[in-house]
Amino acid sequence: MPVTSFGKAINSALADAMEADTTVVAMGEDIGSAGGPFGVTRGLQQRFGEARVIDMPISEAAIAGAAAGAALSGLKPVFEIMFMDFTTLVMDAVVNQAAKAHFMFGGQRSVPMVLRTPHGGGLNAGPQHSQCLEAWFAHIPGLKVVCPADAPSAYGLMRSAIDDPNPVIFVENKRLYASKTEMPETPASVPIGKASIARAGSDVTVVAYGGVVAMALAAADALAATGVEVEVIDLRSLQPWDPDTVLASLRRTHRLVIAHEAVKAFGVGAEIAATMADLGFDELDAPIVRVGAAFMPVPFAKSLEPSYLPTAGDIEAAIQRTLEN
Amino acid sequence: MPQEETPIAVDALLDLYRQLLLIRLAEERLANLFADGAVPGFIHLSIGQEAVPVGVISNLGAADTVASTHRGHGHALAKGLSLDGFYAELLGKDAGLCRGRGGSMHVADFSVGMLGANGIVAAGMSIALGSALAHKTLGRDAVAVVFFGDGALAEGLLHECLNMAKLMALPMLFVCENNGWSEFSPTDSQIAFTLEGLAEGHGVDYQGVDGGDVVTVAESARLAVDQVRRGEGPIVLECKTVRVRGHFEGDPQKYRTISDSELEAHDPLRIAADRLLAAGVKDEQLAALRAETLTSIDAAVQKASDGGPADFASALNDVYAA
Repeated sequence: MPVTSFGKAINSALADAMEADTTVVAMGEDIGSAGGPFGVTRGLQQRFGEARVIDMPISEAAIAGAAAGAALSGLKPVFEIMFMDFTTLVMDAVVNQAAKAHFMFGGQRSVPMVLRTPHGGGLNAGPQHSQCLEAWFAHIPGLKVVCPADAPSAYGLMRSAIDDPNPVIFVENKRLYASKTEMPETPASVPIGKASIARAGSDVTVVAYGGVVAMALAAADALAATGVEVEVIDLRSLQPWDPDTVLASLRRTHRLVIAHEAVKAFGVGAEIAATMADLGFDELDAPIVRVGAAFMPVPFAKSLEPSYLPTAGDIEAAIQRTLEN
Repeated sequence: MPQEETPIAVDALLDLYRQLLLIRLAEERLANLFADGAVPGFIHLSIGQEAVPVGVISNLGAADTVASTHRGHGHALAKGLSLDGFYAELLGKDAGLCRGRGGSMHVADFSVGMLGANGIVAAGMSIALGSALAHKTLGRDAVAVVFFGDGALAEGLLHECLNMAKLMALPMLFVCENNGWSEFSPTDSQIAFTLEGLAEGHGVDYQGVDGGDVVTVAESARLAVDQVRRGEGPIVLECKTVRVRGHFEGDPQKYRTISDSELEAHDPLRIAADRLLAAGVKDEQLAALRAETLTSIDAAVQKASDGGPADFASALNDVYAA
């Protein structure tokens, strides 16, 4: 199987979707001739033309509103917001307009748009170019949120997101862009709302998504040497998420750790923990433990950011805590 | 603006008058239903401003799209949304155009190109911008129109949308209904610039018209819509108008004084009726039109009142499209 980078997989998914459906358009800042700040849309404008790969000025609110309006009028826009921190500027269009349109107009129309955006730290990009804000969107009825961990999922989830009649927030961990994975010649769609088991194990379940899946796998490798078998679930979709797969795993392991790069407070991990404490109460042999970033703005300095970010070591320590009981 | 007005045929003027009457009488009925407690929530009436939606939309076809504001009943009715569905929506019924989930600030009928009223000031601008982009990208012979109040001049989205519409030469018409009020504050206490100057700064053509005279609005809008439709880029049409009621229904308007003679002078129905009478139409004919409109409103309100309430289970099922 050929090896493909995470960024290239998203590029291929966009190209294949645009090839298959002439109503799919890409929009955003510097996505055309510049190919996007991380190169994800490279070559698309040359291939599909300026009318379908549309460079737009630095007007996030208008870009998002235009995507919603275009989706209500027959296009399937995929628009890029250069850093997830900048989604603060699109909230009206996404939350008040796109998320609610299908419901609030009585089901007359849906809003088939995709908001692509990179999140995550590790590049010393500082407090306004590093945040993981996916929980905000997962909190809003009407939005779907996905966050792939590898190239095949990135391809497959992007195809599903574009085909979905609802607004989908497609979150890309920027440290994954260059990571390479084997990918089939004709990659498949990945259904939204379905987790995958990234590593099978019998002793502890770790639920992760995006860039943190690789850390969870590293923690599992380290613990395997000590005889602890960790099951790693790649959540893939955050809204809707897949409680069935998590609960089935918990029934096997009876121990649960949830890890993400976003801060813990009021986050995705809190939702999963609360749901599993409810549905899986009788299965639990230990407290559910969460791993997340320190509760502070993402710091800049090389002496600060590594302490802020969760690590494989933090996940390992969390797993050990569940084994103490 | 044309220096000499093109004469308008009596039949065409009667059509415009019929639309003005429909909006005025439909909103007066809503005010009564609101006072009686039958219509819950907030409603914002456009009484006094009817000539703007009627005049502009008289130049639009079925494929053309309209995005509106919280004061959007007039735009919706002028675009041709169903009167039955309109009242059913405002009364919170399952037969409402939005199945009782949106109410006054979200009336929409996509089957006639009405993309929705909007509870957020200026939000309709970017919705219309996207609709215009879709028209252009898909090669449709259609334009998108956004209506907004002068209060929206203070929103940054206006600048973003004017710039993008001009840059991309989108088929979009920006219609400002300037009633002088930004909710409860006079707009001249809020805005340090003119819309004409702002449009000029963006390289966008601008026309200012008396928004009380439906004939003037219709003629200016005809020229503007034609230019936009030819692919020559966006235009701003500013219509000076008068908001008769408060910001919302029930607003005691203690911040404002307005004389009856002032209202009369700017009343779009009075102005249109005078034109019709001068053209030889009889008073009785106008009275008959009024009676006819009231009859259709009565029927729609009755039908809506008789319908079942909005349904929670189907609402829960419609959060996401399947």
